[in-house]
Amino acid sequence: MAFINFSSGEIQCKIIYYGPGLGGKTTNLRYIYDSTNDHIRGQLVSIDTKGDRTLFFDFLSLDLGKIRDYKIRVQLYTVPGQVHYDATRKLVLRGADGIVFVADSMRVQREKNIESLENMAINLKEKGIDATKIPLVLQYNKRDLEGSNIPILTIEEIERDLNAHFKAPFFTASALKGDGVFETLREISKLTVRDVSRKVLSKGQT
Amino acid sequence: MNIILSDQDIGRIERSLDKMLSSSGAHCALLIDRSGQLISSSGDPSTLDVIALSALTAANFGATSEIARLLGEDEFALLFHKGKNENVHFSKIGTEFIMVTLFDDRTTLGLVRLRTEKVVHELREIFTEIMERNKGE
Repeated sequence: MAFINFSSGEIQCKIIYYGPGLGGKTTNLRYIYDSTNDHIRGQLVSIDTKGDRTLFFDFLSLDLGKIRDYKIRVQLYTVPGQVHYDATRKLVLRGADGIVFVADSMRVQREKNIESLENMAINLKEKGIDATKIPLVLQYNKRDLEGSNIPILTIEEIERDLNAHFKAPFFTASALKGDGVFETLREISKLTVRDVSRKVLSKGQT
Repeated sequence: MNIILSDQDIGRIERSLDKMLSSSGAHCALLIDRSGQLISSSGDPSTLDVIALSALTAANFGATSEIARLLGEDEFALLFHKGKNENVHFSKIGTEFIMVTLFDDRTTLGLVRLRTEKVVHELREIFTEIMERNKGE
């Protein structure tokens, strides 16, 4: 649920990083946090276990500048990827305006990617959101493993597994090194703000 | 559904929050939605990161509601955290909004509860109007 404040000229959107456990959702947020100035971002809030696994969510607020005189603020959340944290995943999804699905390119994670995407669609449906309608960007993470001795999926394989139905924009990435992180963020922000604007500002509110 | 607030809406909300602060002795109030977006704040949040506080409050509230549901309750009516210097009181406003009131030992939980209860009714009416209007647009 985006929030539009005509008084202060501000649009706030909620973007969720979804995906299987250990896929790099938190690493995406950490990279964004480390690479931005503190005047455009808030604190990186993490509720995690002592083992550094996300327990509830990570949260980062970012100011993206202005579009049509409106200050755009995006709030980035990650969900816990581990299967047994489904209840908390549902809580974080509440009011989502856009989603980045972070897929793990490692071949051993193939099933986990598919399961997580299916779980995302089910949880969104429970919130009354159609997964094919909400702004969605896929990120194929850990591409830096290409050429190493760890078997990884080809882009064609991941596309067939995850994106045949959605046909969403996708980016290859290495969240650890930062490759593709801002490209993904830029695309999902653009799609989300456009979607919110279309729903709200097109109704003659401006 | 998106929430669109006009200058007048924000003015009414801020006046309600200001009134509650001055009558209860609390020093800061935030109004947020259940997805964690900050809608309005009043008083002195001083060095507090109110954006992060909003996200955490919504999560806290959501988790507590789930605990209530597991216990066969609709929702817990009172949510309150007591610290050494700072205390936080949470009030549900309708199904979509939460008011967060921060206070210290210059006032009491009883007075804060009494005053927040009154403003919750006011805010519920304001938001019912806003949501109805948003639905129609």
